Amino acid sequence: MKTSPSAQTSIEIPPTAGFPLVSQGEGAKIAARDVNVFYGDKQALRNIALDIKPNEVTAFIGPSGCGKSTFLRCLNRMNDIIDGCRVTGSINLDEEDIYHRRIDVVQLRARIGMVFQKPNPFPKSIYENVAYGPRIHGLARNKTDLDEIVQTSLERAGLLGEVKDRMDQPGTGLSGGQQQRLCIARAIAVNPEVILMDEPCSALDPIATAKIEELIDELRQNYTIVIVTHSMQQAARVSQRTAFFHLGNLVECNDTEQIFTNPQHKLTQGYITGRFG
Amino acid sequence: MDTRSAQAARAAQAGRSQIAETVNAGLGRRYRSERRFRAYGVLAIVLALSMLATLFVTIISKGYTAFWQNSLNFEVALPADVIDPQGTRDPKVLASANYLGLVRDALQAQFPEVDSRQERRALFAMLSDSAPYDLQDAVLDNPGAIGGTIKVRVSLDDDFDMLAKGHINADLPQDQRRLTDVQVAWFQSLEQRGMVEAHFNTALFTNGDSRQAESAGILGAVVGSLFVVAVTLALSFPIGVATAVYLEEFAPKNRFTDLIEVNINNLAAVPSIVFGLLGLAVFLQFFGLPRSAPLVGGLVLTLMTLPTIIIASRAALKSVPPSIREAALGLGASKLQMILHHVLPLAMPGMLTGTIIGMAQALGESAPLLMIGMVAFVVDIPNGPLDPATVLPVQIFLWADSPERAFVERTSAAIMVLLAFLVFMNAAAVWLRKRFERRW
Amino acid sequence: MVARDANGHTVRSFEEELNQLTNIIVRMGGLAEAQLAGAIQSIVRRDSDLAARMVAGDARIDEMEQEVHSFTVRLLALRQPLADDLRAIVGALKISAELERIGDYAANVAKRALVLNQNQPVKPVAGIPQMGRLVQEIVNDVLDAYVERDVEKAMAVWRRDEEVDELHTSLFRELVTYMMEDPRNITPSTHLMFIAKNIERIGDHATNIAETIHFLVEGKSLTQRRPKGRDATQYRPTQED
Repeated sequence: MKTSPSAQTSIEIPPTAGFPLVSQGEGAKIAARDVNVFYGDKQALRNIALDIKPNEVTAFIGPSGCGKSTFLRCLNRMNDIIDGCRVTGSINLDEEDIYHRRIDVVQLRARIGMVFQKPNPFPKSIYENVAYGPRIHGLARNKTDLDEIVQTSLERAGLLGEVKDRMDQPGTGLSGGQQQRLCIARAIAVNPEVILMDEPCSALDPIATAKIEELIDELRQNYTIVIVTHSMQQAARVSQRTAFFHLGNLVECNDTEQIFTNPQHKLTQGYITGRFG
Repeated sequence: MDTRSAQAARAAQAGRSQIAETVNAGLGRRYRSERRFRAYGVLAIVLALSMLATLFVTIISKGYTAFWQNSLNFEVALPADVIDPQGTRDPKVLASANYLGLVRDALQAQFPEVDSRQERRALFAMLSDSAPYDLQDAVLDNPGAIGGTIKVRVSLDDDFDMLAKGHINADLPQDQRRLTDVQVAWFQSLEQRGMVEAHFNTALFTNGDSRQAESAGILGAVVGSLFVVAVTLALSFPIGVATAVYLEEFAPKNRFTDLIEVNINNLAAVPSIVFGLLGLAVFLQFFGLPRSAPLVGGLVLTLMTLPTIIIASRAALKSVPPSIREAALGLGASKLQMILHHVLPLAMPGMLTGTIIGMAQALGESAPLLMIGMVAFVVDIPNGPLDPATVLPVQIFLWADSPERAFVERTSAAIMVLLAFLVFMNAAAVWLRKRFERRW
Repeated sequence: MVARDANGHTVRSFEEELNQLTNIIVRMGGLAEAQLAGAIQSIVRRDSDLAARMVAGDARIDEMEQEVHSFTVRLLALRQPLADDLRAIVGALKISAELERIGDYAANVAKRALVLNQNQPVKPVAGIPQMGRLVQEIVNDVLDAYVERDVEKAMAVWRRDEEVDELHTSLFRELVTYMMEDPRNITPSTHLMFIAKNIERIGDHATNIAETIHFLVEGKSLTQRRPKGRDATQYRPTQED
């Protein structure tokens, strides 16, 4: 277990029945404490405490139904649109609780972007897809600015070369991998600080997956990335820190290398070696 | 170990071949039942098409003759002292001349042997009541002919028109017919002289309703229908779409919303005449709006088509995939932005289709409009939604009641016009749907 | 073989392959033990046939090392192992290399026995079997520790190598003294010195195996330095204390 040598706040979670190891809360981009999520009466997440470090890729792994996607969606309050979903505890973005009454969800989602499992470009032109976000948030003063934002975003997403002569064709006409990169370009067009990715490669072939993983590595320099994935190999390749969820609990969160060579918890070991799940 | 797996393989093979046999045995029966099912389908379609064909053939066969009309085309003497004694050529003076007498004289001139008053009445029955006005129009157009003669086309009375079209059975005994033998003989004589002309019945499309069948037209009803549909569209589309958006996107999922939904679905099944009663009680008696006005008709039909539009719009909204909504929300769009920018445009084709179908239904409605008085005999073409008017289905209903043979063909002709509108509107709905259909 | 967890891998063939790997190591270890025992016996009983058989037997251990090598490469490529599976496979690779060296040293001992037996018996020969027995025990214990994945046992082995070092030093002194007594003793004594060195190296490899077992089970390498006995083979003149 890695302990930060200059930790000032240490969250002690008494180990009960093999429970978690929490990283220390130094300079975290997103800090979650005591997060519980309920769907109606059913509890989906229990006492989650987790730090996401800036400019790093953090991966959430775990078996189906363990709550990793639920927790991801808490980070940009996408769970608000689900009826009957209740979130308690605090999730801080740069020291501000995003569930505070005064926080504007619309503004929050401009700071924390999201890419979904199945590529979902709008049925509009490629240009319009990328331009929509900046438009509604008023990020461009005129057409030239908007063009520039669109170009930069497409370039950063590694798509510009492939689409620059067909920007007014529908986004739905691209291949699966290209569509997903379009969705990533769309997300970064609003200049977020954090990008959440919910199994972004699960619908793609290996080459497209590799391209997206490369893209994630490049994006890391400018954005903080949180990725939910079913593939342990992908988490191992792509992330610097990994968090393992099981049945709504955060079992272990540590440097990726540690998790995959020497996990501290039996459950983690069992999951990643394929003994269950 | 080896023999065991070999045995297992053989058993599996045997099992598979047994299954293959069973499947093969059942195949014949399955294909036969599929063919039977297809035959039923084809039979049903053939039946429906034949009924449709019967309907069309019946209506068209009865109505196509209404599209032309026979008129009397002959020379009328225009003595200047009768028409314009002062010779001023003043239009007002010209308009007030006794054209009735002139045209009757002209007709009598064709049959000089007719002299008794009874006989003359029988002869003059040939002329339509609008014949003097035909002559008046001709003279006003061509004042230079005053003092001489003018070749003018005057409308025939509807009985004679029917005679010309062959609808009057000359074999029946005289007292069972509308026209006497003498009248028939006169008419045939005129025909032989080449004075009977058949031409396209523009009066059908340019005149309002009339007691004289030969002058009756559907223009008043068409304009009334258009006003009614316009009012209905202007009211029901925005209200219907807004309601659907509210119910689908904003309404909380509680008992009250369920109640609203159940009521809307029920309203779609309410007999339309009930809406007419409602219109009578509320719009006419309580609010005092003018009776027979397209405005009131539009209001009543709005109530009637709203459930249809709401239900179709909700289905269209539901069909927008949640992935698009989530993508928009994830970018930081507010709920209203998400709906306006993404959901509504994608749902619009479905909404429009539902609206057009609702309008087509409204176009063909008569029962609720009867209740609010649009069954009156309205001659003038309405100028606005507040003028009294009637609608095409009601016009058809009224004409169907009239005994004159000419109204029979005009009723069918009006039905054909109405059907043409409906077919056109439904075709537009289909085209719209196909054009904007999207594949996700 | 022993199943380490109550529930094994979901993919049973993987579980079986891991067990198979352990089995090969165990067999290899047994062979190495036998080679060592046979080599020592060939010295004690002056049995040149036995020595010759031991020399030939080393080829089998080399083969098995190749087998382990290709098997682990295959497992790494096809199974993408993680965590304890990864450590087990990498550990097996390392242990097989150590066992192969042990087999080589045992064969070297047997080769020297062939030469020794052609000469007159030499007095200090008596020290060899004692050292040999000790190292045999150590190798046996470390192989048990591997099978049982028992870190305590491995650590005990790790510490016991100190005894081997002590024995080696005293045998070295004895041989030096013997050589100084009579120059005709130099040749056989030198051979004995090499034999003792080989046996001492076998002990070192056994401690390497113990360190690998520690890494395999604990996930961390041993950071301490093994306690060594007084090393008489250093150039510095020894001090009597």
